[in-house]
Amino acid sequence: MDIFGKSITQLRELIKDKKLSKQEVWEYFAKRSTKYNKKLNAYVTLLDKTQKGSDPYLGFSGIPLAIKDNFCTKGVRTTASSKVLDDFVPSYESTVTAKLKAEGYELLGKTNMDAWAHGSSTETSDYGPTKNPWDIVRAPGGSSGGTAAAVSAYLVPGGIGSETAGSIRQPASWCGVVGLKPTYGRVSRYGVIAMGSSFDCPGPMTTTIEDAALLLGIIAGKDQYDATSTSNEVPNYRKLLHEKKVFTIGVPKEYMKNLEKDVYKRVTESIDILQKMGHTIKEVSLLNPSYSISVYTILQRAEVSSNLGRYDGIRYGNNRSFFGQEAKRRIMLGTYTLSHGYYDAFYKKAQKIKTLIINDLKRVFADVDLIAAPPTPMTALKLGEFEKYPFFGETMDVLNEAAAVAGTPAISIPCGLDSKGLPVGLQFMGNYFDEENILNLSYQFEQETNFFDVIKLGREKYI
Amino acid sequence: MNYESYIINRLNNMNKYTPVIGLEIHVELKTKSKMFCQCDADFFDKKPNSNTCPVCLGMPGALPVPNRTAVEWAIKIGQALGCSINKQSKFDRKHYFYPDLPKAYQISQYDEPLAEHGQVILTPSPRGKNPVINKRMDPSVTPQDDKSKIFRITRVHLEEDTGKLTHTGKDTLVDFNRSGVPLVEIVTEPDFDNSVDVKIFLEELHTIIRYLDVSDANMEEGSMRLEPNISLRKTLNPKSEIRNNIKIPNNKQKFELPNYKVEVKNINSFNFAKRAIEYEIKRQAKILDKGETPAQETRGYDDKKGVTFSQRSKEEAQDYRYFPEPDIPPMVFSDEEIESIRKTLPELPHEKLARFMKEYRLKYADAFILTRNIQTALYFESICADTALEQIEVPDKSTSSQQLVANVMVNKRIPTRLPQEEFLQKLIKLYKPVEVDEEKLTQVIDHVIAQHPTQVAQYKGGKMGLIGFFIGQVMKEMKGKADPKTVRKKIHESLDI
Repeated sequence: MDIFGKSITQLRELIKDKKLSKQEVWEYFAKRSTKYNKKLNAYVTLLDKTQKGSDPYLGFSGIPLAIKDNFCTKGVRTTASSKVLDDFVPSYESTVTAKLKAEGYELLGKTNMDAWAHGSSTETSDYGPTKNPWDIVRAPGGSSGGTAAAVSAYLVPGGIGSETAGSIRQPASWCGVVGLKPTYGRVSRYGVIAMGSSFDCPGPMTTTIEDAALLLGIIAGKDQYDATSTSNEVPNYRKLLHEKKVFTIGVPKEYMKNLEKDVYKRVTESIDILQKMGHTIKEVSLLNPSYSISVYTILQRAEVSSNLGRYDGIRYGNNRSFFGQEAKRRIMLGTYTLSHGYYDAFYKKAQKIKTLIINDLKRVFADVDLIAAPPTPMTALKLGEFEKYPFFGETMDVLNEAAAVAGTPAISIPCGLDSKGLPVGLQFMGNYFDEENILNLSYQFEQETNFFDVIKLGREKYI
Repeated sequence: MNYESYIINRLNNMNKYTPVIGLEIHVELKTKSKMFCQCDADFFDKKPNSNTCPVCLGMPGALPVPNRTAVEWAIKIGQALGCSINKQSKFDRKHYFYPDLPKAYQISQYDEPLAEHGQVILTPSPRGKNPVINKRMDPSVTPQDDKSKIFRITRVHLEEDTGKLTHTGKDTLVDFNRSGVPLVEIVTEPDFDNSVDVKIFLEELHTIIRYLDVSDANMEEGSMRLEPNISLRKTLNPKSEIRNNIKIPNNKQKFELPNYKVEVKNINSFNFAKRAIEYEIKRQAKILDKGETPAQETRGYDDKKGVTFSQRSKEEAQDYRYFPEPDIPPMVFSDEEIESIRKTLPELPHEKLARFMKEYRLKYADAFILTRNIQTALYFESICADTALEQIEVPDKSTSSQQLVANVMVNKRIPTRLPQEEFLQKLIKLYKPVEVDEEKLTQVIDHVIAQHPTQVAQYKGGKMGLIGFFIGQVMKEMKGKADPKTVRKKIHESLDI
């Protein structure tokens, strides 16, 4: 039985029908991951099932997944790609990975990321950058670059990333895979190393929409250990994929500016396809996305400066001298915006504008069901190019920040390649807790186009 | 300088400065779990770092979830102190670095505390010899009286406790068992102008909190902690300035607040508080006399030496970089919720005291003592309601049986730890009307009168006081088995012919 290219959903069926064994599946992906990790550096830690681990329950329970290294995994080293946590082994499990474990999924490895999730290219990792599988001199995007690369090269059938602003959508678009950022509060943050506490969202990164719906259905839900998690019921996302829905889709003109030529081309082509499929396309107006940059930068860095205070090396990990440059920059700026005399001008003001951004989106969602736009203005940059930009992370994520700041859900799906042969992403944004419609439309698009074979082409580079 | 002017001079100096004292009190709640996690809040005597979890250790990815009971109890304390409860409240992060603070921020409350703007009124009793009790609540004196004092409560808020540091010779050890325990912080306006009022206020606060059953509020054990802020201002007019009077409370008076304040820490009892404040007042007066300003700083108190000593300079106020805690949504309370918490308030000490004086006609001192502990007060009322009480005969007709019970309890003539039945039995034994053998009594009286003709003659000659002598003799002969009232009556009958 050839495993190559099978989705999580397909593999589950095959295992259930006893056409494949769990051991076979595990060994297949473990082999591939080990083989290609030197080249891609997607993993910080790879689990070796042939040795007895520290976890007495290590066994072959199910399908392997790649988990971003900011999720605390019991008994398995968790670093957030920072040398501060180089030897940190949590004695507790994040809610997300606990839920996946309970459903029979297996942790294959912890994936590389921008250290502390500070970045959009996985280049600030203390363990070296991850390479974009499409072109290894390029960055995979970030901060969930490791998971995106692992899924793109089919080192795992799927994985979990996290997004504060763009950290799932942007690497998904640069690596040509599916990446979903759920509504803030839809998925528990307990055990996720905090970056921006009021923005962080764990989410699935997969090769098919059905897999994204499957994983979301498992990890979503109220958690007694996360006071910001919502009590809203979790819909049957997989079932709702198949409803024949017709949507009114808004395209914000402000988001179609300043794009790479090919990005603009592919995205508009995709929107035309949506129209041909029967959906109504409407031009809408949203606040200029560049306004989100300062708001998001201030709020996020303020929270970062607060969340990183605990890493003093007294109780666990190494001391502060192990922080990288980007972490230090963000701590300094965040501390400044919260300090006496500056709080009102920066933090408080940014919170007020956040409300304007929220209201702006609400206004548009009164007229349309979903919003379509590019997730990033450009395709994968070469490694090292980020040094040109002082606020590289936030600038790359300009088209992602509105949904991040508002807390609304959004997805990035592949919609073709550019003239350099690099994947281009297409973004759908939805109203609060409207993941079901985002997934529904994405599923329709997938059925219609198969994402222009982008995902297939991507993994075939690593047969 | 002659003696008189010396006295006048001393008096003038004493009144030259008026202390300006505000209090910051922390009360450890005795909830089952800690403030933001499910660890046991009872950390007493536990092996170090055995009562912890990822949340109260500040581990990566851990999140705080507020303890509902702690919130309700903090509101209760606010209500008991006359505060208004904010319908919208939230937690904030207060940042500073210290090894006993695992997250490098304390989750506390900044600008939207649970309760604000309360007050405690203390009124001096018009009677009573004990000067301390003199300043107590006396409901017969209505708060409009000149001598009552209002002590305003600025705010009551909720926060988490830190771990504990132990300094050995060369190392410092940290124990996080206490980290995350709920603390209620009570802040008063600087309405205190002397150390005695502070002590009395603290004792009253302790009693109130014990009534609510939300904390042991024990200063020696650390479940109630005090940090007074002390400074001195120039007395406007030593002869006529009214100090913190209920008719003209502090916030309506016009005096200049001092431009410095000194915080004192490490005060472990009400008495220490009084002494520390007195020492500080003297120390600051000396500095001001020299024309200098005392340093704005934090000082520790050493009771053995009887001094405060400088700990760290507070010249620059710490910048705590407060911002709203993003991990905890703001709290919104309905009127119904706030009211339902208020309904669980017990009758407060000063209310119970007033009622005891009215309902049981107790004198102030007895009512005060009986209401210091709610269990004692309940015990008293339970005894008074017991029908067995009818069996006792009170020796003095002007005293009621309830007043007698109060007296017996206050003077500890019968231990109050006894079960109610036993207490009553003992009480009845003490005051049951004695069965008198009438015949024997008559015999003994006749015998005593016959034995002491001299005293009889003196009595008949006008020395009426000798009746006591005869009663004593009769009682001796009767071996106490007689009722003194009856004996007196009968002797009168025999002698007053």
